[in-house]
Amino acid sequence: MEQFINLEFVLGHMNYWFFVVLMMTGLYVVVARGNFLKKIVGLNLFQAAVFMLYISMGKVAGGTAPIFGDNPDYVYSSPLPHVLILTAIVVGIATTSLGLALIVRINEVYGTIEEDAVLHQDHLIAAEEAGVTPRHIPGEAES
Amino acid sequence: MELALTLLLFTLLVTTAIAIVFMTRLFAVVMLSGVFSLLAALLFIVMDAVDVAFTEAAVGAGISTVLMLSTIALTARSETPTRTSSWTPLAVVVLTGSVLIYGTLDMPNFGDPTAPVISGVAAGYIERTPSEIDVPNIVTAVLASYRSFDTFGEVVVVFTAGIGVVLLLSGLGRRRRRQGGSDR
Amino acid sequence: MNDHHLILRVVARILIAPIFLYGLYVQFHGDFGPGGGFQAGVIFAVGFILYGTIFSLRQLRAKFPDHVIHRLMAVGVLMYGGTGVLGMIFGDNFLNYGQLGPYPIAAQHYGIIAVEVGVGLAVFAVMLSVYYAFAGRSGSIDDKDW
Repeated sequence: MEQFINLEFVLGHMNYWFFVVLMMTGLYVVVARGNFLKKIVGLNLFQAAVFMLYISMGKVAGGTAPIFGDNPDYVYSSPLPHVLILTAIVVGIATTSLGLALIVRINEVYGTIEEDAVLHQDHLIAAEEAGVTPRHIPGEAES
Repeated sequence: MELALTLLLFTLLVTTAIAIVFMTRLFAVVMLSGVFSLLAALLFIVMDAVDVAFTEAAVGAGISTVLMLSTIALTARSETPTRTSSWTPLAVVVLTGSVLIYGTLDMPNFGDPTAPVISGVAAGYIERTPSEIDVPNIVTAVLASYRSFDTFGEVVVVFTAGIGVVLLLSGLGRRRRRQGGSDR
Repeated sequence: MNDHHLILRVVARILIAPIFLYGLYVQFHGDFGPGGGFQAGVIFAVGFILYGTIFSLRQLRAKFPDHVIHRLMAVGVLMYGGTGVLGMIFGDNFLNYGQLGPYPIAAQHYGIIAVEVGVGLAVFAVMLSVYYAFAGRSGSIDDKDW
């Protein structure tokens, strides 16, 4: 337990905790909000927090950006997380755009981008195909 | 100084993220996510990742904002508030967060030069780049030469996602577009 | 429809050429400073998107038609893969540039430039075709709609 009173430990790990808080904010948006676009924004928050966690692991105290300078005494931060995250950002926007395209298509078919409404319509269709009158439909009962 | 900057940027980031949670107008949500990306880029600069900051600023604040605005234009302007209780998600988030924080306890201190991320294979790249590749930017050397196989995979993923979007949006569906679907 | 966007149009007209120049700088100066194919591709695409948003998407699509941009996506990926295969033809491993030039360091430089250009082309074309796909669907939007 005494490591939590150790100031050096707390300062050294504070960054990681910050990023966990940001990550969880993103996760909360994804889980708690029904709007698909907002879910995508939440995923982006989560993703950005993961990127920050990676980058902060590669930082060296007193180091500089990993581009060779004139002074041989420079200490360079680790370039490896930078490479991974740099490509991950571009892959992230490509997959985000795929998600946005799906949202546009969902809106064209269902006329809404709210999760509740889409599920409600799905249940209606399923009940109609089964030939039963829906007694309890999730999403409608609460309204 | 660096600590103060990090704290300031983190405060701004959390404020933006919380504003995103409570905002219902999607236009504001998208703009705030652009702000979030710019702040993230600043944080990357503080942590010496200039290439990453560059990419994040160009992608997060530029392209992704444009794409999200296009999506809003095609779908809905605002979010209908969710009716379900927000306690279950909150519990899930708090639980996951505490597990993650427990996981960080084993990690080396921030900026520790003996951390495996720094002293492992990355130190080798920094050492070998001047003699083997002779490119000042080590990130480029690792990205395009030492780990070009990885980068090839990433480019193919980007390509595949691009094809997916083109198939979804520019395909046959355009002519059969439903009336009334776009003005909600 | 664009009357009240006069400021936007004047500023965009001044900005577009420097954006392309900057994209080229980032692409080919990526070995020496921050930058590289990924960023350059995005910056180039942003220049086109700026033109498409503020001036005319129709004219942009007439000059750079969809099928050309779609092929460019593949050209970028093939350029990357082709550099790797070229290394194999010269008797080395896939994506090993050692044999592509007169001496190993020059070979590395050639390989890196070729690969970065491939990345830049692919990212640029993907971003632009994604923008075409989204913007091509929406009609003109009134300012009041927001």
